[in-house]
Amino acid sequence: MIEMRGVYKKYPNGIIAANGIDVKINQGEFVYVVGPSGAGKSTFIKMMYREEKATQGTIIINGINIGNLKNSKVPLLRRNIGVVFQDFKLLHKLTVFENVAFALEVIEEHPKYIKRRVMETLDLVGLKHKARMFPTELSGGEQQRVAIARSIVNSPKVVIADEPTGNLDPDTSWEIMKIFEEINTRGTTVVMATHNKDIVNKIKHRVIAIEGGMIVRDEERGEYGYEN
Amino acid sequence: MSGMKNGVNTDMKIRTLRRHIKESLRSVGRNGWMTFASISAVTVTLLLVGIFLVLMMNLNKVAGDIEKDVEIRVHIDLTATEEDQQALRNEISAIPEVESIEFSPKDRELNNLMESLGEDGKVFSMFEQDNPLNDVFIVKAKEPQDTMMIAEKIEKMAFAHKVKYGQGTVEKLFKFINVSRNVGIVLIAGLLFTAMFLISNTIKITIVARSREIEIMRLVGATNSFIRWPFFLEGLWLGILGSIVPIILISVIYKYVIDYADTKLAGHFIQLLDFSPFIYQVSGLLILMGALIGVWGSLMSVRKFLKV
Repeated sequence: MIEMRGVYKKYPNGIIAANGIDVKINQGEFVYVVGPSGAGKSTFIKMMYREEKATQGTIIINGINIGNLKNSKVPLLRRNIGVVFQDFKLLHKLTVFENVAFALEVIEEHPKYIKRRVMETLDLVGLKHKARMFPTELSGGEQQRVAIARSIVNSPKVVIADEPTGNLDPDTSWEIMKIFEEINTRGTTVVMATHNKDIVNKIKHRVIAIEGGMIVRDEERGEYGYEN
Repeated sequence: MSGMKNGVNTDMKIRTLRRHIKESLRSVGRNGWMTFASISAVTVTLLLVGIFLVLMMNLNKVAGDIEKDVEIRVHIDLTATEEDQQALRNEISAIPEVESIEFSPKDRELNNLMESLGEDGKVFSMFEQDNPLNDVFIVKAKEPQDTMMIAEKIEKMAFAHKVKYGQGTVEKLFKFINVSRNVGIVLIAGLLFTAMFLISNTIKITIVARSREIEIMRLVGATNSFIRWPFFLEGLWLGILGSIVPIILISVIYKYVIDYADTKLAGHFIQLLDFSPFIYQVSGLLILMGALIGVWGSLMSVRKFLKV
């Protein structure tokens, strides 16, 4: 499903963010990625959807070696990967419905399908009744739920989340986690970078700890924590 | 634009085109001041280009009129007999660049002179009995530029007493016209370049303001061409909107100038270009230029945001 072999990433400023990463994540897995700030978590995640290109090594997503992927084919890769961020990345001039529909509009889906599918997805994240509101009228947790809805609306095989609860209070974070759990039980692979110790320790899943651009620990049903 | 390109369906659906148009128009409205600045830049440029264009085209026209009016006056020697005159006429006609040759007897020359001087010309009436003027051949060149060369040839012929074609003046005129044309072309090119640079920068700011939108589009798998279209159209609208004021101003001013010139230039051989179709052609050209400036500017600025 997701496979990295000998992945090495050096930024133009000389920082080495990935230093020989080997990992395999199967379809349907739920994986936490933990590690101190600057350890290379974000780079690890960004390389999966080709926001960053590996300097060396092989990255295979859904059976495609994305290192060899032409730029013109990157959009196709992205349509199979949903991405969720700490800062939500919603468009404030669009309503909740429009924000979610955006992901289907840009891939030119039929309007009837878009309407049905967006409402289904908003229902899944519990925001059907707020479809006509604007993001600024929503709480942080609700905004993140809109972002999650947008990331899964085109039924991707993988959802990647970069500290999705980083801006949220504990109660709201649990709500968001419930949604990710739900998405995962439907067969979608979830890869989540997080600093949230409580969540990692209570909702047990595979934990990959990254430090200095290397995987220092990889455990099924692991605990939060890294070497230092 | 059809079929599968690199695996991504690039068929432009009508629905998608409608979306892009709606999106671009919405953006034009939403970006208020930026839109105004962009349109103003196009407006100023096109106004200058338009005025220059109108001036140049008219200068060309007037120059053409003057060129056409350039004639060589060959004063025939007083001692020439009719046979000599005929021989001279044949010799001039034999020059291949000569278009026409007309004989103007000295009586007519005197009349013309007296008429051109009005009241004062009457003093010359005493010469009517003993006309001191020469008979004249009026020679016209096929190409005005050949006038000097023809005049030189005629000067060497027998019984050509004096050859006049406004020496100096004609050369100066031709030089002036050529210099003006070149200066005009350089200036227009410079103005266009400045405008494109301005538009490119203005739209760049628009795009920076929308970089989040572009980022999200790229995240959810929009193709580059899909992202580019609304900006392409936005540039197009800005360019076309920017050409409206210059077209109206130039039309109105030209109409006024032409009416004024008609009364002032009445009876002269010089005439400005007629309003129609000239101003329609200029208008079309300005719209086209506006559209090109806008599209070029927007594509220039969107390019660097589309690195994958």
